[in-house]
Amino acid sequence: MTAIVEARNLQKSYGKLRAVEDVSFSIETGEIFGLLGPNGAGKTTTIRMLSGLTVPDGGQAVVDGCDVIQDPVGAKLRLGVVPESSNLYMELSATENLIYMAQLYGMPKTDWKRRAEELLRQFGLYERKDSRFQGFSRGMKRRLTIAAALVHRPRIVFLDEPTTALDIMSARGLRKMIRELKKSGVTILLTTHLIPEAEELCDRVAIIVMGKILATDTVSGIRDRVKETEILDISISPFSEAVIDQIKEITGVETAAKVNSHLRLYGNDILKQLPAITGFLAKSRIDILSIQSMNPTLEDAFVQLTGVEAEVMKINKPQKPPGGSI
Amino acid sequence: MILAWKQSYYIARKDLKAYYLKPPLISWGLMLPVVFLLAFYLRNPEKVAEVVPGLVALTLLFSTTSMAAIVITFEKRIDALERLLLAPLGMKTLIFGKGIGSSAIGASVGLFILFISIVAFGLSVSHWILLLLCIVLSTFSFACMGLLISVAVKEVFEAMTLSNFFRLPMVFICGVFFPFESLPKALQIAGFFLPMTYSVDILRYCLLNQGSFLNPYLDLAALMGFNLLLFFWITAAFRKSLREQY
Repeated sequence: MTAIVEARNLQKSYGKLRAVEDVSFSIETGEIFGLLGPNGAGKTTTIRMLSGLTVPDGGQAVVDGCDVIQDPVGAKLRLGVVPESSNLYMELSATENLIYMAQLYGMPKTDWKRRAEELLRQFGLYERKDSRFQGFSRGMKRRLTIAAALVHRPRIVFLDEPTTALDIMSARGLRKMIRELKKSGVTILLTTHLIPEAEELCDRVAIIVMGKILATDTVSGIRDRVKETEILDISISPFSEAVIDQIKEITGVETAAKVNSHLRLYGNDILKQLPAITGFLAKSRIDILSIQSMNPTLEDAFVQLTGVEAEVMKINKPQKPPGGSI
Repeated sequence: MILAWKQSYYIARKDLKAYYLKPPLISWGLMLPVVFLLAFYLRNPEKVAEVVPGLVALTLLFSTTSMAAIVITFEKRIDALERLLLAPLGMKTLIFGKGIGSSAIGASVGLFILFISIVAFGLSVSHWILLLLCIVLSTFSFACMGLLISVAVKEVFEAMTLSNFFRLPMVFICGVFFPFESLPKALQIAGFFLPMTYSVDILRYCLLNQGSFLNPYLDLAALMGFNLLLFFWITAAFRKSLREQY
């Protein structure tokens, strides 16, 4: 396997804010590579630097052998980019939008309509081919935006938060499409703040927090980094954030976090501390509903490696209000 | 190179398709000149022909800048501009495409007003080629001015307001309703720095057979100079604004 996308020491600041600090990773041909991190971690800035939209302050970005900074047009020809917002043209129909993309990418005229129809069928939008983009549901808009990025048959596709703000069914359908894209030989870089999404889709993941990459590995590799860690998942009555801070004071509890409304405690020898933990909860008048020992998931590894609570990762970025017309 | 020309053409064609019926374009680009024409006609039907060159220039200015101010401001707002920035095209190609789309709208509306005037008031055109070159060069200059405004604003209504801040004084400084020669010296000096002054001069020469205060071919050369200057200005300004945004 050879690297088809490389980020080498990429840096970007906005005023005093260092959005991306020395980010490096490489993506191998045919894999799905995930950039996993909370909102504001620097995922979008990284993807924008790799796609030639943002000029980095330092570092190098190489896509399919083409230096993105030296030759942004060449790099863009090799890429399909799906931005965070579904940003096709409201006034144009689904077919017109795809044909417009084919024109901009310099495809031969004989191919425009055929390719547009092929993609509309592939993404289940053929029945709405003449409808304006403006009238589409959020899920349909997202699918058409992905189709638009594939018009010129790129070998590499960047997907920025592909399932954000979609309902469960649309998100599931989209994930299936992403897997099918991989099967067809396309290399995919996706950013996400959803840990289960990264776990389900990605061959390898880079965890990014506050503009820095903290770990890059396969999903199982990242899980293995914390395999020595014992995890206690305690279902308790509603508790305050202060409990999390206080429980960390108990010897042997390395990290505590709120995950799916449960209290999750991490430590190398935490089971031995069970009496102290239950004692503390009883003293705090918190009812214990259940306790179970768990094997670490990617979510647990993420919490351990970053110190960022899993709950924080579930917060979606506020969506821009739709700006339909003038 | 050929691909870049084609890309500009596709951008212009898409803009024409998507935006030609937008309200700011109808109200500022079409209704305003028609209302002016009617007002002048009702006030003095015999002498309305004298203001036709100025009105055609005014139409070119308002319709072109209205379109130009929409195409980037609106696309910035709905994030659609990012699509173009992610496509494999250079900044000059993008700006040229946006410019020629707006120019095409301005030239169409300007020619519409011109033909109405020719038919209704019995005007004749003495130099068609000169007139058409004037329309092409004027509209592209105006398009670049509109695009410059769109770089500075976030909302379409802001673009319209800021456009009028420049457009309305130009109506008085550039000899649209009063002969340029009759303006005070200070205003004349200001007028020399505006492309519309040269557009009105050529149009007067072609439509009224009046002696141009400058040689009409010098007017054309001046317009060409404005085109180059404004095109490189908007390209640099747009690049700078994108660097700040992204």
